[in-house]
Amino acid sequence: MLPTLQNAYQYALDNSDRILTALQQHLLLVAVPLAIGLLVGLPLGLWSARSRVVSTVMLNSFNALRVIPSLAVLFLAVPVLGLSFSSAVLALTLLVMPPILISTDVAFRNISPAIREAATGMGMPPADILKTVEIPLALPVIVAGIKTATVEVIASATLAAFVGAGGLGAFIVLGFAAYDPAILLVGAVPVALLALLAELGLSAVQRAAQAPGVRSA
Amino acid sequence: MAKLELQDLTKAYSRDIVPVKRLNLTVEDNEFLTLVGPSGCGKSTILRMIAGLDQPTEGRVLIGDRDVSRLAPGDRNIAMVFQSYALYPHMTVGENIASGLKLRHLPAGDIQKRVQEASGVLGLDPLLDRKPAKLSGGQRQRVALARALVRNPDVFLLDEPLSNLDALLREQVRADLKQIFADQKSPIVYVTHDQTEAMTLSTKVAVLSNGYLQQLGHPHEIYKTPANRFVASFIGSPQMNLFPLSRTGNDVVLGNFRVPLPAGVHSSSVILGIRPEHLRLPRPGDALTVTGNVFLVENLGMHDLVSLKVQGDPSLSLRAILPADATWSRENLTLALPPETIHWFDGETEQRLSA
Repeated sequence: MLPTLQNAYQYALDNSDRILTALQQHLLLVAVPLAIGLLVGLPLGLWSARSRVVSTVMLNSFNALRVIPSLAVLFLAVPVLGLSFSSAVLALTLLVMPPILISTDVAFRNISPAIREAATGMGMPPADILKTVEIPLALPVIVAGIKTATVEVIASATLAAFVGAGGLGAFIVLGFAAYDPAILLVGAVPVALLALLAELGLSAVQRAAQAPGVRSA
Repeated sequence: MAKLELQDLTKAYSRDIVPVKRLNLTVEDNEFLTLVGPSGCGKSTILRMIAGLDQPTEGRVLIGDRDVSRLAPGDRNIAMVFQSYALYPHMTVGENIASGLKLRHLPAGDIQKRVQEASGVLGLDPLLDRKPAKLSGGQRQRVALARALVRNPDVFLLDEPLSNLDALLREQVRADLKQIFADQKSPIVYVTHDQTEAMTLSTKVAVLSNGYLQQLGHPHEIYKTPANRFVASFIGSPQMNLFPLSRTGNDVVLGNFRVPLPAGVHSSSVILGIRPEHLRLPRPGDALTVTGNVFLVENLGMHDLVSLKVQGDPSLSLRAILPADATWSRENLTLALPPETIHWFDGETEQRLSA
């Protein structure tokens, strides 16, 4: 094991510029699907929390999509979008949507109707209720969903290497092909570290969003 | 300051489910109206229609002669206190109280001044920076009240605000409420199923049953001259004794005893009502007495609540509040029925017969 680690370290030193490029690609493969997921998933989640019909249709269809492995989506996208960044982004976006959508739906649905009604009864217009009451109360659960989505997409972005979209997965693919665990580790370790960092960082955000004592009120 | 008027207010969920039927009511400035009735009588629905949380099927809600029936709750200038308090859990007590004022874009100084006033009145000063989760039930209730008070609304609406408090606290907060709202100029509508709250707080009580207004009047009037059998049985604790009886000449027969009907009563069947607290031990000169066999004595502390079966008709049981300094159990007891305290209702219509 130790020699492998030393080899990996050496390989990383020798290829630092390639690793940096791969890291940038990887972060882009995380950021773009996540951004699309948030832009689409948050409003859709709010809509589905407001309507039973929308909720049933949306949550079920995204859950159905979720059972298709990302790798399969990746290869299904290739004939349409080609071996490209776009194919990878499509597959990864489908991956991040369900946790964001479901957590947003649940977050808004779990707010006591009495609180919303009190705000209405005290003369608060719907836009203000959303801004000052509902969003702050929903935020911790939404952040939990974003955290799940982020960790998942960091891990799954390695698959993008299969369609030539680069990222840290490229070293894993190369390591497999060359039967060289050292190269494989050069891809795998940063991915694991990234996922860990995201988990810790977003957990802190979640705790900050969760005002003390709110849950028991 | 504005009076509140309900005109022909009706709420129907379907043809058969009509919780509020053609209600007409006026609440003037300085008036404290309590809507009281059993569960399902429509009282909360009425409050929700005044607030704009529910739309009336028919009829109008007027605040200060302005028809607000179709206005959004935010445009009605009302303040509401809920049974569940419904405080915003992510805001501090101060922020909760200020929430209704921030909406109006008042200057920060004004907001702070009004929050301080309200929190001073309700004794919330030491709690302003706490979150609702860190408050007791009574404290939460006071925050909910403060949140309503600071708004200086045209109408105050309170939906069973004391029912989540324990008995001791409820009594205390009830007294606080009375003092706080005595200084308010706006009309107050208070919903409760608790007749003690209705009697102690209100200047006017509306007794509701089945979506209909049964009686509207000063608490004293409702107690003294209930308009019908329902009001008679609902207001007063322990409940009024009510006996449906048929007429024999100018009397009705209560077991072995005859009770003369008041002049001018022509109904063939009547209901005799007498409150337990009006039955007493006979004094010389009492013409109307009833004897019965005591079968239950309940100690109420200050008094005993004694139940007896009327001689001659054991199906009639009479309950009387008697002094607690004697032993009442298992004996034949004669009680006087002071004629001026007897209530007469028509056996058919159940409406009041005598004044």
